[in-house]
Amino acid sequence: MSTIKGRVFKYGDDINTDVIFPGKYTYTVTDPNQIAKHALEDLDPEFSSKVQLGDVVVGGKNFGCGSSREQAASCLKYAGVGAIIAKSFSRLYFRNCLNFGLPPITSPEAVDVLEDGDEVEIDLENGKVITSKGIFNIPPLPESIRGIIDSGGLIPYTRKRLGIDK
Amino acid sequence: MGLTFAEKILSDKAGKLVVPGEIIEITPDWAMSHDNTAAISKTFYDIGVDKLYNPDLHIIVLDHCTPAANEKYAQNHKIVREFVKKQGIEKFYDINAGICHQVMAEEGYGLPGTVIVGSDSHTTHLGAFGAFSTGIGRSEMAVIMASGKIWFRVPESMRVILLGSPPGGVFPKDVALYIVGKIGADGAIYRSIEFSGPYLESLSMDYRVVFSNLSVEMGAKNGYIKPDDKTFAYLALRTKRAYQPVYPDPDAEYIENAEIDITNIAPQVACPNTVDNVKPIGEVVGTPVDEAFFGTCNGSRLVDWKVVASILKGRKIHPDTRLICIPASTRVYMDALNAGYVRTIMEAGGIVENAGCGPCLGAHQGVPAPGEVVISTANRNFKGRMGSREAEIYLASPATVAASAIKGVISDPREFLL
Repeated sequence: MSTIKGRVFKYGDDINTDVIFPGKYTYTVTDPNQIAKHALEDLDPEFSSKVQLGDVVVGGKNFGCGSSREQAASCLKYAGVGAIIAKSFSRLYFRNCLNFGLPPITSPEAVDVLEDGDEVEIDLENGKVITSKGIFNIPPLPESIRGIIDSGGLIPYTRKRLGIDK
Repeated sequence: MGLTFAEKILSDKAGKLVVPGEIIEITPDWAMSHDNTAAISKTFYDIGVDKLYNPDLHIIVLDHCTPAANEKYAQNHKIVREFVKKQGIEKFYDINAGICHQVMAEEGYGLPGTVIVGSDSHTTHLGAFGAFSTGIGRSEMAVIMASGKIWFRVPESMRVILLGSPPGGVFPKDVALYIVGKIGADGAIYRSIEFSGPYLESLSMDYRVVFSNLSVEMGAKNGYIKPDDKTFAYLALRTKRAYQPVYPDPDAEYIENAEIDITNIAPQVACPNTVDNVKPIGEVVGTPVDEAFFGTCNGSRLVDWKVVASILKGRKIHPDTRLICIPASTRVYMDALNAGYVRTIMEAGGIVENAGCGPCLGAHQGVPAPGEVVISTANRNFKGRMGSREAEIYLASPATVAASAIKGVISDPREFLL
C-alpha cells in the first residue's frame, strides 16, 4: 500500500450517486476517460477539469448513498482521485470503492478539520490521515478486505484467487 | 443470546456462527442483474473465465430502458441476449416482462430464508418475503459469475417497530416515507432492518414490498419482514420451489429498536432533493406540478392501479399537467386492463406505457425538462435523477400522484377518497 497525497475537494452530507455519476449516462458512457469527465457533474461541474492525480474527495455523512452503480466509484478513480475521506459511507458505495481499489476512509475527525483546497496525506500502511491541523488514526480494514485493495481491486484479486494471475 | 435474522441466515450460509462486523464469503441462492448484465459480462470475460460458475444461480431481467430508446441501449440489450444464450442462462426475462424486482416477486424467486443479491440497489425489495436480499456492484456480480462467491460484512441489526395503524386515506407509501423521514437517509447504514408491527401484518405482499424496497433509502443492507400465511399463500400461487423460513430469535440483540407511532399521520411527501426530506402533505399542497409519474418498482402494482383508477374515474387531469403511467410488470398491466383501470386512466387523460423502469432513472419515456416539477411514486428524488439537474422531484403515494394530476398542483388525495 502506498501513500496518497493531494489536494482536498470538500463536499457536504449525503452526496448521492446521481450527482456523482448521473444515471442517464450509465448505459451510454462506457469509456473510462469519458466516465471520468462526468465525475461529480451535477454537484461540481468544474471538478473533472480541476482534479489532479492523487487528489482526495472529502464528504460528510452517508457519502455515496443511492444507486449500486459502480461508475459513481470508478469515475472518481478514473479522474485520478487517490482516496475518499468521509464521516460515513453508504454500504454499496463503500463496497464499490473497495472493489475498484479506491480506498474509502472513514474519519469524521479528519473531515471536520479539512477544508477545500487543503493538502492532505494518507498513509494506508500505518492507518493515518495527515493534515496541517493534526494527524488522525483510521480504523484498519479487515485483513480479507485489505487483500482486495492491495491487489488493486476485486477483479485483479479474483484473477489471483482463481489462479489466472500468479 | 439469540440471533437476529441476519445473524441466523448468514450463520447458516457460512456454516459457522457469525457475529456483526465479521467478513464472510458465501454463495447466494439467486444473483439477479438487469440491463447492466452487458457491462457485467464484459468484466466477467475480463477476469479470464469462459463459463459461468453456475448458470442456475442467475436471473436476468431487462427493464432499465425497454424497449431500447436508441442504438446504444439496443446494442446493450443485444449483448445481454447473446450472453444469456452462450452461457445457458434459463431464467432470462426479456423486455416484455417488467421491472426486475416485481418480476422476481411474481416469478416466486423471493423465497423466505434465501440469500438474494442483485446488481441494483433496490434489491432490498425481496426482504418483504423474509429473504436476505441486497444490492451489490457490477464487478461483484461478475465475480459471482466466475466463482459463485461474494464477500459480506455481517451487518448489525435494528428493529423498526410500527405502533398502531394510520387513518383512512393514508397509504403504505405514506407510512414508508414517514419511516424514512424519521430514521433518515443514513440512519440504517450497513444495518439489517427487521420491520414489525400489526399494521405490516395486515398488509398484502403488494404493499409490504414498499417498505423493503425503501429500506436502502435509509442505507440499510436489507429490510426483512417476517414471512407469514400471506407470504406463503402468495408464493403457493407462483412457485413450487421449496424453502425454509428463517425467523429471528425472541432474545436476539439489536443495535437499535426504533418505535414509530403511525396512528395519526397524514399523507407524506418526500421533497427535493433527498428521500428523507419528508413532510406531511399539508406543507406542500398547492405546489404546481408539470408531470405526475405513476410507476416504478416502489408503486405500480395492481393495488396501486386500483387506487389511481378509483380517483381518476369520471375525472380529467389538469390541462397543465401530464400523467405518465407505467405498470411494474406486464402481468400487472394485463390485470389492470382486465379490471378496466387502464381505460379509466386513459379516459382521464393519462398516458399508459409498457412495463419497465421508464423515466425513473432519466433514461426515456417521459423525462422532465429543466425547471419542471414532477410528483412521482418512485423511490428516489436526487438532483438529476430523472435526467435534468434543474428538475424537482417530489415522491408520494399513487393516490397523491393521481390527485395532484387532477388538480395540477400537489394535492391531498383524501378529498377524492370520501
